[in-house]
Amino acid sequence: MLTYIARRLLYSIPVLIVSTFLSFTFVSLAGNPVALLRQNPRISANTIHNEIIQNHLNKSIPVRYGYWLRDIFEHKLGNSLATLQPIWPDIQRTLGHTAQVVLTAELLALLLGVAVGIFSAIRQYSPFDYFFTSLSFLGYAMPVFWLALLLQILFVDIYLKWHVRVFYTSTLNSPGHGAWSLDRLQHIALPVFTLATISFALYSRYMRASMLDVINSDYARTARAKGVPEWRVVMRHVFRNALIPIVTVTALNFGAVLGGAIVTETVFTLDGIGFYFVQKLNNGDLYAVMAYLVVTSVIIIVFNLIADIVYGYLDPRIRYD
Amino acid sequence: MTEPTPAQLAHGNVAPLEQNVDGVVPAPAGLLDATVEAGLEIGVRSQWSYARRRFLRHRLAMLGLLGLVLIFGAGIFANYVAPYSYSSLDLTKILIGPTTAGHHFFGTDEIGRDYFSRVIWGIRTSEEVGVCVAFLSSILGLVVGAFAGYYGGWIDNLLMRLTDLVLTLPALAILATVSSLLGQGSQWRITFILTLFFWTGLARVVRGVFLSLREKEYVEAAKAAGAGDWRIMFRHILPNTLGPIIVNGTLAVAAAIITEAALSFLGFGIKPPTPSLGVLVAGGQTNPQQWWLTVFPGLTIVLIVLCINFIGDGMRDALDPTQRRVRA
Repeated sequence: MLTYIARRLLYSIPVLIVSTFLSFTFVSLAGNPVALLRQNPRISANTIHNEIIQNHLNKSIPVRYGYWLRDIFEHKLGNSLATLQPIWPDIQRTLGHTAQVVLTAELLALLLGVAVGIFSAIRQYSPFDYFFTSLSFLGYAMPVFWLALLLQILFVDIYLKWHVRVFYTSTLNSPGHGAWSLDRLQHIALPVFTLATISFALYSRYMRASMLDVINSDYARTARAKGVPEWRVVMRHVFRNALIPIVTVTALNFGAVLGGAIVTETVFTLDGIGFYFVQKLNNGDLYAVMAYLVVTSVIIIVFNLIADIVYGYLDPRIRYD
Repeated sequence: MTEPTPAQLAHGNVAPLEQNVDGVVPAPAGLLDATVEAGLEIGVRSQWSYARRRFLRHRLAMLGLLGLVLIFGAGIFANYVAPYSYSSLDLTKILIGPTTAGHHFFGTDEIGRDYFSRVIWGIRTSEEVGVCVAFLSSILGLVVGAFAGYYGGWIDNLLMRLTDLVLTLPALAILATVSSLLGQGSQWRITFILTLFFWTGLARVVRGVFLSLREKEYVEAAKAAGAGDWRIMFRHILPNTLGPIIVNGTLAVAAAIITEAALSFLGFGIKPPTPSLGVLVAGGQTNPQQWWLTVFPGLTIVLIVLCINFIGDGMRDALDPTQRRVRA
């Protein structure tokens, strides 16, 4: 098992190097990393020149990539070329906020999605099933940003009409509140709800389909035939096997969730890594954009790895060798 | 239904029906829609007629088709349907809510442009992007997938590594980066960029089918009869991949429309004054009090995607050869 994990991590290194090299080359060719410095009237031509020398921006792209790669390890992602500030503190802060929102949303979506999927499959074609199937179709077709905006409009309206503050519709904290205060929950509730709804649509649909695949299988029939009570057949035999595809879906969906986080955080101006990315991209701060791409790629790779491990746990037929 | 054409365009011929009906192949899905037009005329009783019946009896799919024809039709004939031009402004009617007076069904925006007209013109932009991306990426995915699956070797390796790479990257972020640096807000540049990122999924599917089919007896038979690689690939194997291609292509239209909308919303996609549905939603964000500015363009996106998904599901059910029974 440990060797498997180690090997998977080793495999992902060349993938990361190629993908970062490609994006680095593209970004360097298409954009000008010091354009923003040149716009700043308070920064002298001398400073810019020094920055160019210091960051080896006058060298060829592969060489620059090498220096950039070194900076990632030695200086924690290096400095932004637009603000000349280190990138890491920003990433660390925003990533923490995003993690709180995204993980809460995913957890909610998984729990609800799996539960609804099970009941929809057991009571196929019941009103319950129809209701949630339609709902998931709708959630599937809904652009994330639109859902977020609708919620924002709704709650802004509630506040303006009745002066009741149910949820906040922007930013992350009122001053002086911690990471798990009620105030924080009021702030992140809408982003979490947005992301959870979209994922829930996906998970409940997959769970229903995969339950239906298993519920009529031979071994489920065998279990029933030998007198196992129905709830036990569902929970022990069907449910556990139906869970396997969900793991894959969850892992593959994670990239999309991070994309959804970009949009959601932008709508709610929430200080997460997605909003950070959008701002930096708008500013043309290319090294910060690269930092975002690297960090999220690593996260996606790690999540895929976790999914594979969970997969092996749920399905003992899979061997890692 | 434009999807069968990529194959035809790319290879200059329509896969003839007889080939699949003659029984060697257990008859996939695929050719079914290749003959959406052709099949009807030749009057073949084949998998296709089953599939057509299944599709026509799929209520949701028919509903989706109807809705899509209406919405896309309004987009195509925007200059006849829309009561105003998308840019004509009337500063005496700023931010009025939905009303029938003056045909402002969806209200007006902050400089008095008729929102109903803007949404209709937005549909046109979005559908152009969606259909073009689906069409072009289907052709690209088909060709690359066919070569990778049939020949294997370096092209296969390259394709698989490339798709792996795409899977490890945050797709929306990459798209945003590329289009912010190269897109310049132009509709056709965005179409091109989306195409570059959309073909890999289909290529993987086509590759899988080619990989399994190239070992089949009928391919061997064709080889023995002296057929060249091209003939085998595009006349014998290709028709069997059309099913997944059509379903994928249909769903890609929806995916492309949503992605374009998200990019435009973030400000990296199509830029005003071109009205696309994403641009309109983004514009509505500045006036949260005027709900109609956000609700109507967004609702249009939802309806389009819903219709396309219904059609895609219907096609998938209809084209699945393992499913003989006609849906009631």
